[in-house]
Amino acid sequence: MSTTLAPDLAPQADVARQLGPDWLLPVREAALAEFSRIGWPTTRNEDWHYTNPSAIAEGKFVLAAPDERATGERRTPTGTAAHGVTVAHLAPYTFGQDWPLMVFVNGRFAPMLSRLGALQAGVRVTPLAEAMREDRDFLEARLGTVARFDEHAFTALNTAFMTEGAVIHVAKNVEVAEPLHLVFIADEQAEGTISHPRVIIAAEPNAKVTVIESWGAVGTPRHVSNVVTEVDVASGATVTHLKMQRESAAAFHVGTVQVNQAKDSHFVQFTFQSGAQLMRSNIYTHLNGPGCGSTLNGLVLADGTQHLDTQTRIEHVAPRCYSRELYKGVLDGEGHGVFNGKVYVHPEAQQTDGKQENHTILLSDRAQIDTKPQLEIFADDVKCTHGATVGRLDQAAEFYMKSRGISAEHARRLLVYAFAADVLETIENEVVRTGLEALVLERFAGVVV
Amino acid sequence: MSTDIEALVNREYQYGFVSDIAADTVAPGLSEDVVALISRKKDEPQWLLDWRLKAYRRWLTMKEPHWPNVTYPPIDYQGTSYYSAPKSVKPLQSLDEVDPELLRTYEKLGIPLNEQKMLSGVAVDAIFDSVSVGTTMKTELRKHGVIFCSFTEAVHEFPDLVQKYLGSVVPYSDNFFAALNSAVFSDGSFCYVPKGVRCPMELSTYFRINAAETGQFERTLLVADEGAYVSYLEGCTAPKRSTNQLHAAVVELVALDGATIKYSTVQNWYAGDKDGVGGIYNFVTKRGKAMKGSKISWTQVETGSAITWKYPSVILQGDDSTGEFYSVAVVNNRQQADTGTKMIHVGRNTKSTIVSKGISAGRGQNSYRGKVHVLPKAEHARNYTQCDSMLVGNACGAHTFPYIEVENKTATLEHEASTSKIGEDQIFYLKQRGLSAEQAVSMIVSGFCREVFKELPMEFALEAQQLLGITLEGSVG
Repeated sequence: MSTTLAPDLAPQADVARQLGPDWLLPVREAALAEFSRIGWPTTRNEDWHYTNPSAIAEGKFVLAAPDERATGERRTPTGTAAHGVTVAHLAPYTFGQDWPLMVFVNGRFAPMLSRLGALQAGVRVTPLAEAMREDRDFLEARLGTVARFDEHAFTALNTAFMTEGAVIHVAKNVEVAEPLHLVFIADEQAEGTISHPRVIIAAEPNAKVTVIESWGAVGTPRHVSNVVTEVDVASGATVTHLKMQRESAAAFHVGTVQVNQAKDSHFVQFTFQSGAQLMRSNIYTHLNGPGCGSTLNGLVLADGTQHLDTQTRIEHVAPRCYSRELYKGVLDGEGHGVFNGKVYVHPEAQQTDGKQENHTILLSDRAQIDTKPQLEIFADDVKCTHGATVGRLDQAAEFYMKSRGISAEHARRLLVYAFAADVLETIENEVVRTGLEALVLERFAGVVV
Repeated sequence: MSTDIEALVNREYQYGFVSDIAADTVAPGLSEDVVALISRKKDEPQWLLDWRLKAYRRWLTMKEPHWPNVTYPPIDYQGTSYYSAPKSVKPLQSLDEVDPELLRTYEKLGIPLNEQKMLSGVAVDAIFDSVSVGTTMKTELRKHGVIFCSFTEAVHEFPDLVQKYLGSVVPYSDNFFAALNSAVFSDGSFCYVPKGVRCPMELSTYFRINAAETGQFERTLLVADEGAYVSYLEGCTAPKRSTNQLHAAVVELVALDGATIKYSTVQNWYAGDKDGVGGIYNFVTKRGKAMKGSKISWTQVETGSAITWKYPSVILQGDDSTGEFYSVAVVNNRQQADTGTKMIHVGRNTKSTIVSKGISAGRGQNSYRGKVHVLPKAEHARNYTQCDSMLVGNACGAHTFPYIEVENKTATLEHEASTSKIGEDQIFYLKQRGLSAEQAVSMIVSGFCREVFKELPMEFALEAQQLLGITLEGSVG
């Protein structure tokens, strides 16, 4: 049994009801009702003005039914495989590290490819399906409390249909030494499907944890990933979330990260986007406790006919909070980039310190950027700035390099690399930073490191 | 916030008086008959009536836009009168025949209509409610071939020019309020500067709403022929009334090859009282079309109106054309402003500069909304945008909505925005230098707005600075 997601959702409601567990049913029903009310977003919706998701809405993507959920994991002579994905296929995404690892193949947890053996005390990493069965109390108090779905069609769909994902819980005062790595891989068997993974990260007071999400593909399946990550950062805690999206060139990726922050907490996020034909990234943080702060950075690389859309919304609810944003984009071919950064300062959020920057380079005649840095400020004692630039490579720098005997082509590649590397330097984790630098270098300077 | 700042923002609106002048006002309501009646009263040619009716029929199919960041109760379009004019029997031969009460009104406003006493060297077209009551310095201007007169006069005397350019920048179908204006516009100013002529003096239109329950819908059409130069000023006031009045004007600028148009506005419509009762709804469409090598520069100081909703824009059609937008928008009490600009880069090597300064005080809400669009053929387009906001008090709001759309890789765009407040330490420093709190705030605000004020003609700059002081009076706490 598999069902197409049609706008009226009537047949899908039955599917959602069968997904279980029973205690989650009212939440799924509410999410379905909200989706039926608002429908798929269109470009008439201000937040979707530059991005048309109709290809997803009309794409007849199917939700694999419960009995098809197994990935057929098995031992083969060359190692473990799930669907067509083997350990070798994971290599480009794991940075050569043996960090705790959860692997999802075509949206489903693949335990044999994963590595959750020896976790540090105070850290729990559980597959969502298992947590739904066995950890109701914890989940019921958390699930959907940060990621609200009102007015958000894709989050509502995720809530109605989520079955797979990860639950990460870090106890009070625990500093997790190694990053926790979630890898989502799709292969040809994902063709024509839509998956709705959900990641829950809960950091108790003064905890410290880094979670990495990597998205990749074997082959070029045309499918939809609609992931929702909800992060609850308790007082004094620090959560670092690094997301690398390198999905198949035919894929659609909608990623929503919602964050609630308590007093004196920190949230650090980096998004690297180079995959998918259409990508939409929503990052919404609520600075709810005094003295907390968010740092959101990202790099977008688009070519071909890719459409990559980054949206951020930072709500300064409490006083004395800070927010920092630096997003860079390199657009080539007929790539279309969109950036919309909103900083919303509530009347009580005095002494807010907000900075936002968005810089884009257009490399080709057909590349296009739409950027909208937005400030909405209701408090008077604030310091908020934003800056946006669009341009091409610095002609003077290129000339200088040529005068030093570097070819025009090479000079351009180096300049693009330098532009992109600037934002990569904000990544604290050295392994991830050098890994991404190598990727960018390979792409723009033609050097394989 | 210090009490010093608080004390600064609340002086009475000084142009809030009503002139007692017999008026010919059409009964409230809007229909094809009313449109035809306005046209008949002005003895218009058939083509213009047809154009009005087309606009009216289009308007009926349109919906009032609600995307601006402002809120107001629904407007009753059938409850407004669409035409009001001071009663006069025959066409006036000279200003001496103008109703003395009218002249007194303009005297009170400080607008020199009387040519003998005119030393300021500014030609003024005064619009009272719906019609032009007199244009000064006409003969001097004609010597240079410059046409400056009321719109009605232009329709009769220069129909070819009017027909050629009317609606060429803002078509009647452009938006809801532009369509409404096209259907019912009553008068306005018309200006044509011929090829190669540098207009010898500043031109000015002064708008005054007097009658109650009326809307004001004027249209300004300004054409600078090849290589011409003109600087144009616009001022507005209205009496204090407890009901809201609608002002939906259209301004069209055409700068032909190599021409320069500088358009400055000091908008001081009645803003409503401190609780937000009354005031003008200022919903205005302003746009200029810049042809090859020409330049259009908008400067605006927006201190009045209950609600301001306008985006003076430039279509940079010709290669090497330049567009500029300098704006100071102040909101106090319960005023709302959603204002900014659009720069549409069509031609090659086009340049635009946007400097916007927003000041919010009291419970005012100030939004900057701007769009810079570089089309695929606009090689080497250049834009610089700066929008700064200042907040005085924590019951007000400042918002920025900049849209940047680039479809050409050779474009270079920079956008920066900041929000800040008047620092206690800044005031303290100036006070210990012997300035009063009021002077200190005024100095800080002037400094904040300096880049815009320096673009205004001198007389206007002084007026604007004073106006700003008045608008913010009492908001210093």
